[in-house]
Amino acid sequence: MKLLVCISKSPDTTSKIDFTNNYTEFNEAGVQYIVNPYDEWYALVRALELKEQNGGSVTTITVGTANDDAIIRKALAIGADNAVRIDAAAGDAYFTAFQIAEYAKVNGFDIVFTGKETINYNGSQVGGMIAELLDQPFVSLATSLEMNGNTATISKEMVGGDEVVELSTPFVVSAAKGMAEQRIPNMRGIMAARTKPLEVIPAAACDHLVVFESYELPAAKSACKYVDADNMAELVSLLHNEAKVI
Amino acid sequence: MSVLVYIDTLSGKVTKSAMEAVQYGSMIGETTVVTNGSISDGELAKLGGVGAQKILVNRALTSTDAAQVSRLVKAAASSVNATTIVFSQDLTGKAVAPRVSASLKAGLVSGAIALPQSDGSVPVNVFSGKAVGKVNVKTAIKVIALTPNAVGVKPGEGNAVVEEFSADLGEVSYTVKEIKKQEGDVLLPEAELVVSAGRGLKGPENWGIVEDLAKSLGAATACSRPVADIGWRPHHEHVGQTGVAIRPNLYIAAGISGAIQHLAGVNGSKVIVVINTDPEAPFFKAADYGVIGDAFEVLPKLTAEINKLKAQN
Repeated sequence: MKLLVCISKSPDTTSKIDFTNNYTEFNEAGVQYIVNPYDEWYALVRALELKEQNGGSVTTITVGTANDDAIIRKALAIGADNAVRIDAAAGDAYFTAFQIAEYAKVNGFDIVFTGKETINYNGSQVGGMIAELLDQPFVSLATSLEMNGNTATISKEMVGGDEVVELSTPFVVSAAKGMAEQRIPNMRGIMAARTKPLEVIPAAACDHLVVFESYELPAAKSACKYVDADNMAELVSLLHNEAKVI
Repeated sequence: MSVLVYIDTLSGKVTKSAMEAVQYGSMIGETTVVTNGSISDGELAKLGGVGAQKILVNRALTSTDAAQVSRLVKAAASSVNATTIVFSQDLTGKAVAPRVSASLKAGLVSGAIALPQSDGSVPVNVFSGKAVGKVNVKTAIKVIALTPNAVGVKPGEGNAVVEEFSADLGEVSYTVKEIKKQEGDVLLPEAELVVSAGRGLKGPENWGIVEDLAKSLGAATACSRPVADIGWRPHHEHVGQTGVAIRPNLYIAAGISGAIQHLAGVNGSKVIVVINTDPEAPFFKAADYGVIGDAFEVLPKLTAEINKLKAQN
């Protein structure tokens, strides 16, 4: 089975979020980048488990510049066989999805995996767009995926519950919590990752459909108002009369 | 301006986030709603009160299949010449909106938290709620997916016409083998009030005091990641970075220390109340109101006071 896993970089969860250039660009100073957790913990690891069970290959794909190579090597250290980087500064989700779909069309994959969203733009856009561009089914927010031959049984989240669906490859799936458990790369994996193939491909021409014009930081929270544990009447009164939320 | 709003009504009910998306659309332009599944005309007519002019319903399509729903939405958008297509950024919207966007090459703004501003940009949540981005759509048709509970909903008077709507939906993507419905009356992502608890509750058998408070408020229940991971509570209750991100009016957290990953899921809440025995718990820094105390004592007292307030009003 040929599996393609979309890998995006995102700032470490604990990063201070700040902007430069009059709040038009993310301030990268001092920011540690990681593999987007949904891409790594859930999408990549499940793809590796499927390969271990059924054979095949796991390729990662990233739309980004050479600055992204460190997180791509991390994905290789966890166990991907090879990586592809589409050489372009990340634009909007459509630009990213278009590049990945162009690569997938030419190279043909049984399953394309994405994380359910990135932790920086939280858009949940790329997976569905790739599916549309490839004219394939899209199974969103999958919490488990089992293969039997080329038939997949997938649990996915839906409004007000979960559903179990069955379909044949090829398809695109976005991975949520539950799909797999995080793997820590071992020393052998890290050494092997250095020499695994990382192919760099020029980007195809594609327009951006949206642009982030500027950013704002939320107003600083006022100090916490403490209420005595024996005086819940006061808390209720504050919530009712001051905050007006109940 | 013609606006089309897609809402998921597969439960047979018009949810609060559906009403919210329709009202949001009606503040942008003349709004038509498209939906699917076996929902009654009477239930759909509620949407007149939030500004819908016309409701197109395809009762034959009863699944969440993103490919089929997106074809339905595109057919409806074309029939009313919609220049803005609105979704709720719920589990269905997250699957369908990107397909519609890519197919029409229409820019998608996901996670909108307010109406388009005077410069045309739409504010969205980014960096897991730690910042707001202003997105400009450069295409003639705009697709907006609205974060539940971002703008609220105030139903008024109004009537909407309900019409059957058929479209070429193409092939089915998958067979649905099983549907597992969640328990509880209030859906967590659209709840206005949420009561949440963590490891401080010591065991699943102690959740009664959390549920009692939730019931007295009419709130949804939620939990921290460790509690979902060890199986004390169902995974759909887990709020935080890897779980659900919510923005209720009131979030009450008992026995949750407030790790940064948890805050990422709740920092959009309008008011946060933190109850913890540890005065150094980081969650107090993000709280509006804090109670240093034992959840086992504080929660029942709080429930009693809420009940008193409800009895007065």
